[in-house]
Amino acid sequence: MTRLKLPQLTYRVWTVWRRNFEVFKKTLFVNFLPALMEPILYLAAFGVGLGALITGTVEGGSYIQFIGPGLISIAVMYGSFFECTYASFVRMYFQKTFDAIIATPVSVEEVIAGELLWGATRAAINGSIVLAVVAAFGLVSSPLALLVPVLAFFGGLLFASLGMCFTALAPTIDFFNFPTFLFITPMFLLSGTFFPLTLLPGVLQTAALAVMPLAHVVDLTRGLFTGQMQSFLGLSAQVLVVYSVVWIAVVTLVFFVLAINLMKRKLIK
Amino acid sequence: MNSSEVLIKAHGLTKKYNHLTAVDHIDFEVHKGECVGFLGPNGAGKTTTVRMIYCFLPVTEGELTVAGMNVSKQAREIKGMIGVSPQEDNLDPDFTVIKNLQVYASYFDIPKNKATERATELLKFFQLDEKRDVSIYQLSGGMKRRLIMARALINDPKILLLDEPTTGLDPQGRHIVWDEIRSLRKRGVTIILTTHYMDEAAALCDRILIIDNGKIITTGVPQELIRKFAGEDVLEVEYDEDVVKTLKTELPDAQVEVYGDQARVFIDEPHGVFERILKKFPDKNMTIRNANLEDVFLKLTGRKLRE
Repeated sequence: MTRLKLPQLTYRVWTVWRRNFEVFKKTLFVNFLPALMEPILYLAAFGVGLGALITGTVEGGSYIQFIGPGLISIAVMYGSFFECTYASFVRMYFQKTFDAIIATPVSVEEVIAGELLWGATRAAINGSIVLAVVAAFGLVSSPLALLVPVLAFFGGLLFASLGMCFTALAPTIDFFNFPTFLFITPMFLLSGTFFPLTLLPGVLQTAALAVMPLAHVVDLTRGLFTGQMQSFLGLSAQVLVVYSVVWIAVVTLVFFVLAINLMKRKLIK
Repeated sequence: MNSSEVLIKAHGLTKKYNHLTAVDHIDFEVHKGECVGFLGPNGAGKTTTVRMIYCFLPVTEGELTVAGMNVSKQAREIKGMIGVSPQEDNLDPDFTVIKNLQVYASYFDIPKNKATERATELLKFFQLDEKRDVSIYQLSGGMKRRLIMARALINDPKILLLDEPTTGLDPQGRHIVWDEIRSLRKRGVTIILTTHYMDEAAALCDRILIIDNGKIITTGVPQELIRKFAGEDVLEVEYDEDVVKTLKTELPDAQVEVYGDQARVFIDEPHGVFERILKKFPDKNMTIRNANLEDVFLKLTGRKLRE
């Protein structure tokens, strides 16, 4: 169980977080623009374009209303997962930034924790940008949506931790193609993002709720948007909220700790 | 300059990677204010030893203390008092020169004002003040090396670890770095320097540890090592069987070594022999030079290429 040993962390985690934040500030424009443009393009293509073909309601609203929370969740997933795979790998392997920091009083555990919290922050930033876009399209109906950035942070921490585990296992940067097309792309399409999970066969619904992190993030985000959760698989809305929150909390904790221990093993021989 | 206070102490220090023993039960001490050179071929275990000192690599066996603290127990305190200039360039390419120092200072909890003040001082000391706001990508190899050394000093360290600080530098760049190391020595900073340049070790170090295959082969003051292992002078003659024969009859006790197209004799009083050989083989290239650390090094570690 050494892989699940709880790391000792101090406030120094934030010095690593702040390093990444400083870089982010420097490249603010190139970071903001895609995050802003992408949801607009999605809303135009899927909401306005494809949505015009969908005449009925989807879970009580229009199709464009339905995909809003999906787009936010996707931004959360991409923002944190890619930050802690490709970007972290570049910092670790090509820039040797981690090696440089480990020579100071900051520990290797704190470096990785700082990276993970930064990944979560990226998710919260990206999610908030998409939230603003979606709100500008007039697609938000509950004030609870103001909590979306908080959810985005924790959802982001989950994807950051998963991503960092892949980084710890990646022999080369090309390796990330595997988790991207085997894990990220299926989730992008099949987690209740562009159509309700309830349209999938029962087995797949169960599978989605059991193993797909994005399904939970989408579900909760949609709940905050509309002020109510949809019940399905015979589970009531309340049970689903609790289940999703607990699922995210437990899985995040496990992978957060695992990511730190795996990275420690990779960096310290 | 040296005091008797022991700052770094290794006893039976060993590092194993799976089946490879990189450092094999070594003992050494570094005193406060000393500049100690770790000399050895590639793969000798120099860098591994240095990395254990700054708590980057865990110790497999044996004991290693820095300022009386155990590296495996008080890593944070130890790292706080050490400055590291690693072999590879790990400057932060996402930042400018000054920002590299400021961000690095934040890892040591140095407040921002103080960090900027210290960074400005260091840039001046390393003749980089004109490059203050320039991206790392625009620095030459020598400037990067100096910036790495400046960064290693940001926390005002008691111990400075310099892992091959001049590898890949041009002669000018090397001499700038040397001057800076000398002035740090004068300030009383304890320095460990790894190098495979013998002249560098001889010029900068109070004491040298020659390391090979994870073991310390010998240790001492550069001039003493030279006298002990190579003698005073070296006579080098273009190789020829007759020359070697003559050398051996002239100097039955001296050691004659043949390196490629050169015969080399280590002797203390070369002049009489020199003249006689010169008379006998006037068309041969011949020189007398002082024995140096390179002679010691090659004698002790052999001439086989290490990769």
